[in-house]
Amino acid sequence: MPSLGEIFREWTARKPSFGISIFTNEYYWHIWVSVRRVLIAFSLALGLGVPLGLLMGWNRKFRDYTFPLFELLRPIPILAWVPLAILMFRSEEGPVVYLTFLSSFFATALNTLLGVQSIDRDLFRAAHCLGSKPRDVFRHIVIPGAMPYIFIGLQIAMGVAWFSLVAGEMIAGRFGLGYLVNSAYTTVRYPTIVIAMFTLGFVGWLSSALIRLVGDRLMQYRARVISAG
Amino acid sequence: MQATNGGRGGLSVRNVSKRYDPKGTMLAVDNCSVEIAPGELHVVVGPSGCGKTTLLNAIAGFHSISSGEIYLDHELLCGPGKPQATPGADRVVVFQNGALFPWKTVLENITYGPVIQKRMTKTEARDRARQKMAEAGLSGLEDSYPGELSSGMARRVEIVRALVNEPKVLLLDEPFRGMDNLTKSIMHESLLEIYDRNQVTIFFITHDIEEAIFLGSRISVMTTRPGRIKESIDVDIPRPRDYRVLTSDDFRGLMIRVIDAVHDEAQKAFEAGEREMA
Repeated sequence: MPSLGEIFREWTARKPSFGISIFTNEYYWHIWVSVRRVLIAFSLALGLGVPLGLLMGWNRKFRDYTFPLFELLRPIPILAWVPLAILMFRSEEGPVVYLTFLSSFFATALNTLLGVQSIDRDLFRAAHCLGSKPRDVFRHIVIPGAMPYIFIGLQIAMGVAWFSLVAGEMIAGRFGLGYLVNSAYTTVRYPTIVIAMFTLGFVGWLSSALIRLVGDRLMQYRARVISAG
Repeated sequence: MQATNGGRGGLSVRNVSKRYDPKGTMLAVDNCSVEIAPGELHVVVGPSGCGKTTLLNAIAGFHSISSGEIYLDHELLCGPGKPQATPGADRVVVFQNGALFPWKTVLENITYGPVIQKRMTKTEARDRARQKMAEAGLSGLEDSYPGELSSGMARRVEIVRALVNEPKVLLLDEPFRGMDNLTKSIMHESLLEIYDRNQVTIFFITHDIEEAIFLGSRISVMTTRPGRIKESIDVDIPRPRDYRVLTSDDFRGLMIRVIDAVHDEAQKAFEAGEREMA
């Protein structure tokens, strides 16, 4: 096991003994590849998961048709998808992005659905009393009402996205931080393993913090109420 | 002294029954009839769980009725062939636990109705809202969120949000429940002021007898489940009323009458509750 001092020296060395430090381009290339995969997968999960969750929560018939299938696929562990993902996509990026997308998609959609279901029934009734059409209810009640849960879902989704990304990269990648952890292990570059791990921790934290920031921006009423209470 | 509003908002509930299970052993409301004149502040009093809210929900169009019919200004809201009324801005509800949209500011809440119905432009609605807010002592709260308001203020905002739609009937479902007595008495005076100024028909539900008499033009006492109207009592206390009428002889006389009517029912409801528990 490398000591922390050793790791830190390696991490900040202009000429690292094992090839990876903040002064090497390769380091940033691995980070960029991983970040790009997460960005693509997370955007897809957001773009598909949130609308699906909203529709499932809002329209009973739609939920009755889609939710059973959804609940059948959701519990399949992400690692069980690996072989199929590799078979499904010929490209190198495909399987990893797909695995990352899949896990964050389920987290996003499910939390969005729960968010719609959490809305006080009287708010729907009030909206109807005030003359809302279904479209108005969707826009003014369903979407803002589900928003707190959506953002909880997105935080979870971001967490599982990094988890699945690393799993995917370890098995099917040729770049990226997960690949780096694994390849450093097989090539006996122990400080590099830890450098890659810390880096994953940092980018993971940064991405969650960004989501929180956007959430607070979009839901200022909550921030204000909490600080007033 | 009855407020007049050009004959708008006469509500007629005729022989309405409601059972929740389709097979029909459990009646929530049984053959219930009430006539509410335009501009009347009608209070329905009854023990908890007697079907008051069921009746209100049927008028509002939140659920269907099993038989009977309900008319608003001689137009059928629900009845044979149309078991459920369509909710609309002619009958706005103020909810027991409050239903302001938490993500909209006070002003956005109040202007929501007129704007969404395209009855007013945003600017018109804002002007109107500001005017109504000023009348109700709410000026300065335009940009607050509901979560920042006290329960009394929030309820007043909700009443104003209903009023800007110029509804025919305002449906109030125990709106002051759970407030302390001081807040409650302030809310009562504030509601009466709003009522005297706007001359709107009000259908008010409560189990607080003092509240019922202080506010009401007429009181209907409802029996315990299945709910029926047991007795209607006119409240001949002149308006405008303030808290001083609470100690008048007229008030006490009415208090005794209403308590007599309600007490038996409360007793029955209590015993039924005991049986259910056992």
